Amino acid sequence: MLNTNDILETIRMIRDENLDIRTVTMGISLFDCISDDPERLSQKIYDKVTRSAGRLVSVCEELERTYGIPIVNKRISVTPLSYVGAGLSPDGYVKLANTLERAANQLGVNFIGGFSAHVQKGEILGARNLIEAIPQALTETTRICSSVNVATTKAGINMDAVRRMGEIIKETAYLTRDKDSIGCAKLVVFANIPEDNPFMAGAVHGFGEPDTVINVGVSGPGVVAVAVKEAGDCDFSQLAETVKRIAFKITRVGQLIASEAAKRLGTPYGIVDLSLAPTPAAGDSVAEILENMGLERCGTHGTTAALALLNDAVKKGGVMASNHVGGLSGAFIPVSEDRGMIEAAKIGTLTLDKLEAMTAVCSVGLDMIAIPGDTEASTISGIIADEISIGVVNNKTTAVRVIPVWGKSVGDSAEFGGLLGYAPIMPVKRESCERFINRGGRIPAPIHSLKN
Amino acid sequence: MKAVVTVTGKDKVGIIAMASDECSKHGVNIIDISQTVMKEYFAMIMLVELDGMTVDFASFAEAIKGRGLKLGVDIRVMHEDIFNSMHKI
Repeated sequence: MLNTNDILETIRMIRDENLDIRTVTMGISLFDCISDDPERLSQKIYDKVTRSAGRLVSVCEELERTYGIPIVNKRISVTPLSYVGAGLSPDGYVKLANTLERAANQLGVNFIGGFSAHVQKGEILGARNLIEAIPQALTETTRICSSVNVATTKAGINMDAVRRMGEIIKETAYLTRDKDSIGCAKLVVFANIPEDNPFMAGAVHGFGEPDTVINVGVSGPGVVAVAVKEAGDCDFSQLAETVKRIAFKITRVGQLIASEAAKRLGTPYGIVDLSLAPTPAAGDSVAEILENMGLERCGTHGTTAALALLNDAVKKGGVMASNHVGGLSGAFIPVSEDRGMIEAAKIGTLTLDKLEAMTAVCSVGLDMIAIPGDTEASTISGIIADEISIGVVNNKTTAVRVIPVWGKSVGDSAEFGGLLGYAPIMPVKRESCERFINRGGRIPAPIHSLKN
Repeated sequence: MKAVVTVTGKDKVGIIAMASDECSKHGVNIIDISQTVMKEYFAMIMLVELDGMTVDFASFAEAIKGRGLKLGVDIRVMHEDIFNSMHKI
């Protein structure tokens, strides 16, 4: 029989330490829906999404009951719509977003990602029109997520797109001003966007993927935080070992759910994403892990090193637990979604500059950060350019999801609700970078042969 | 299919009787059983075989959980594979 302590450990993780599966995301290719008639395109997309994912929610609920572990989100990612709807006008894209919203409501899924474009070297007409449609699409819908890839290590950075995204984020903030500019929480700007990421807002169904696929994102900051606390004042080798062991266990649950969901849905299994994804709930915080390692407050000196250790150990433990790993895979640091980060940002220990440094050693980027509503579009573009440069030069994914909360300034806080949480408005530098941003053109791809 | 039934909570008279009664009522065969009591804290683990179960998995899990709530204990029924996955390489 199984070991009693092992069984009780699993029960404790689920009941007391917020262990859950953060998301089961079905990727769906929409290339076979392409049509030159916008109505027909829309109908074919609605039909394909609702047909492919018709049983997604019920199968996930069945798995929750059978294995006794919550699956928090059931989501869908689709082929970036800038390709599928390349002939659409901006209005056509807004209508298509509404079609997908109807499909999401019909299926009962939390989000559909893929209102997206790749513009690292330049824009096709479809990408230009889609980007123009983003503010309105995110205002009219609640479950549609948008992402724009503005750079890759091989192509360099499309600074025209970076400048444009600063304006788009401002416009989205204005249009959703009655809800603390929540539209911006569903929009992310990427460098090196992954093609199999199950997490929002950046999930898309990439080009090399099968027709449909199941990708799973695990969670478990609370479990890691408790393990680190119980490890006490051990040395760093032991600390890394503790995190690896626990990451292995967490990821194995993800692997089990991924393979079972794929089997029951008759869909290929894609990857498990090893990310530690926090929530605003007590005891579900990445900041708390760092603080349990010995930092008085997340954001103080030592934070980047602590996060680097955590991120690496999570990957090492997780890789052995899963036969295919992908997506973002690392620790997330979304400020508004992590109670410890919220506290640290409130008292000023965690700043935008420190967060930027932290993104160099963990998975995503500047995530769910509320900034003053009067921040200039060019300043937002400057924030994007800095963060994207870190990804491009270091050959990794980075991203920006900032929310310039309309009408609010430093000292206020924004409330996004649910898993998106709440956040204090963090200060940005007031000095302009407009002349720099307005240069236009592309920042060339970095050289990677001279490694020193 | 095998499942693990865990019963945790404060120790009191009749917990095992109740859990095994609920199993037999639904055609669930108990293969192995172990229990520990630490101070007042009670933990019982049963490995059960569900092949002869007369109701579906969710109904059995709900029924036994409900009985547990009346006695003030937390009862969970989970497929054994979640434990095998987590704790065996």
